Amino acid sequence: MKMLQQVGSVTESFLIQLGLYATTLGQLSKRILSSPRYPRLILAQAEEVGVQSLPVVLLTALFTGMVLALQGYIVFHRFAAESMIGVVVSLSMVRELGPVLVGLMVAGRVGASFAAELGTMRVSEQIDALWTLSTDPMRYLIMPRVIAAIVMMPLLVVISDFIGIYGGYAISVFMLDQNPTVYVEMSTQYMELKDFYSGLVKAGFFGLLIGIIGCSEGFNCKGGAEGVGRATTRAVVISCMSILISDYFLTAWMFG
Amino acid sequence: MSHDQQETDQIPRISIQNVSKRFGAKVILEDVSLDIMPGTSTTVIGMSGTGKSVLIKCVLGLLRPDSGAIYVDGENWLELSEDEHLDRMKRVGMLFQGAALFDSLKVWENVAFALLERGMNKKEARARATEVLEWVGLPNIEEKMPAELSGGMAKRVGLARTICHKPDIVFLDEPTTGLDPIMSDVINRLIVNLHKDSGTTIMAITHDMKSAAMISDNIAMLCHGRMHRQVTPDQLNSDKDPVLRQFIEGRADGPVNCSNWGKEMEEAVMLLRSQIEEEVNR
Repeated sequence: MKMLQQVGSVTESFLIQLGLYATTLGQLSKRILSSPRYPRLILAQAEEVGVQSLPVVLLTALFTGMVLALQGYIVFHRFAAESMIGVVVSLSMVRELGPVLVGLMVAGRVGASFAAELGTMRVSEQIDALWTLSTDPMRYLIMPRVIAAIVMMPLLVVISDFIGIYGGYAISVFMLDQNPTVYVEMSTQYMELKDFYSGLVKAGFFGLLIGIIGCSEGFNCKGGAEGVGRATTRAVVISCMSILISDYFLTAWMFG
Repeated sequence: MSHDQQETDQIPRISIQNVSKRFGAKVILEDVSLDIMPGTSTTVIGMSGTGKSVLIKCVLGLLRPDSGAIYVDGENWLELSEDEHLDRMKRVGMLFQGAALFDSLKVWENVAFALLERGMNKKEARARATEVLEWVGLPNIEEKMPAELSGGMAKRVGLARTICHKPDIVFLDEPTTGLDPIMSDVINRLIVNLHKDSGTTIMAITHDMKSAAMISDNIAMLCHGRMHRQVTPDQLNSDKDPVLRQFIEGRADGPVNCSNWGKEMEEAVMLLRSQIEEEVNR
């Protein structure tokens, strides 16, 4: 009986959260068609989401590419197929690892910051103050953040793809003495345009998830400083899980 | 005074009519009615948890009452759409208890926020912000960030932001709470000056009886979610109502039963606060 209650309670809170995100998305969709759209705030958030995330994204991509090359070499060496390292690194980065790893990094950095900022504004009545100053809080606070996340995620993924492939190149060529021309040729030969843009579509979708989840959690935060902490943790955990789960369905949809 | 002007003055600026609000089983406001005439200042007093903040949030559209009506100059604000309500906020100013300054903006940007949002150019908006900051006794702090301000300064900057766009209705949520007596007096004097100079209609909520007596034309007391009594500041000391006397004199013993206060009351207020937050978010 107690177990049933727990299952019911978890299901209920899951559905409530889902409803919360769907409501935020619905309200944003209604607002995005009309002005004001606050381009200055969108640019500021783009800088926060994109430029400020670059170091962590670059490092992650570089070392992921390097590890892929090293692992690939160990396996392919058994079959004397070391030339395939470039294929594995580039396809893995462009189709999966680029968007997913950048998504996870940005969810940790930016999703948490969205939730903490808006949560603090909520508990200190700054969001109510916006309303009393005749400013729509959703338009002013959430819309710029979500737009910035959707736009900047694909750009970050493009950069991380190149850096990841370069990381693999550096290990293959400088450490494993592979032929640089073969690496470059093999990297591009087996790649289709669809591989590249599927990664970008995923990135944009992950950006939407990070923006909506981070902002909804912060915007609807309650319970003072403790509540802000809870909202931030939830924003990161739910964003990361949503990225991994939706990645499967997006892959199945685009390549299935 | 023209006939039209006289007629307008007869309509209350704010008319709260039979407003009720409950959170779950807990009744917060029950059949509350209050009229505030144009150019007058009304203060709502009452103990913690009696629904003062809920009442002000209902008027501002941050909470929706379960029943009743809220008229502003004869227009029922509860029937407005979200966009219309936002538009009506242009004539409103609100001073929050904790000032609620925007952390990421400089002091002058906070003060001129409403003007900048309405498209005023930066130079003019800044000049107006400087003028209002001087009025609240804070010159040369335009470039500071809110984190650099003391509690009293933040409250005065909050007041400057409240009046910068020249609203004709001002709401004040505990304007002197958390301030030392001297700073409380400074804030009270500023509110009195604002009321005298511009004829702004003011609705305030406070526990501070000195402040209530100083800034109000009328004082309304809420008790257990009901409008208990309305008096003028002159009647405050002579009024014999036992509940009002208990509140003014700050006694735990009296007609309002305080025996179960302490932990139980704290829990009730905490629960209520969380329910209010939830509904405001929604």
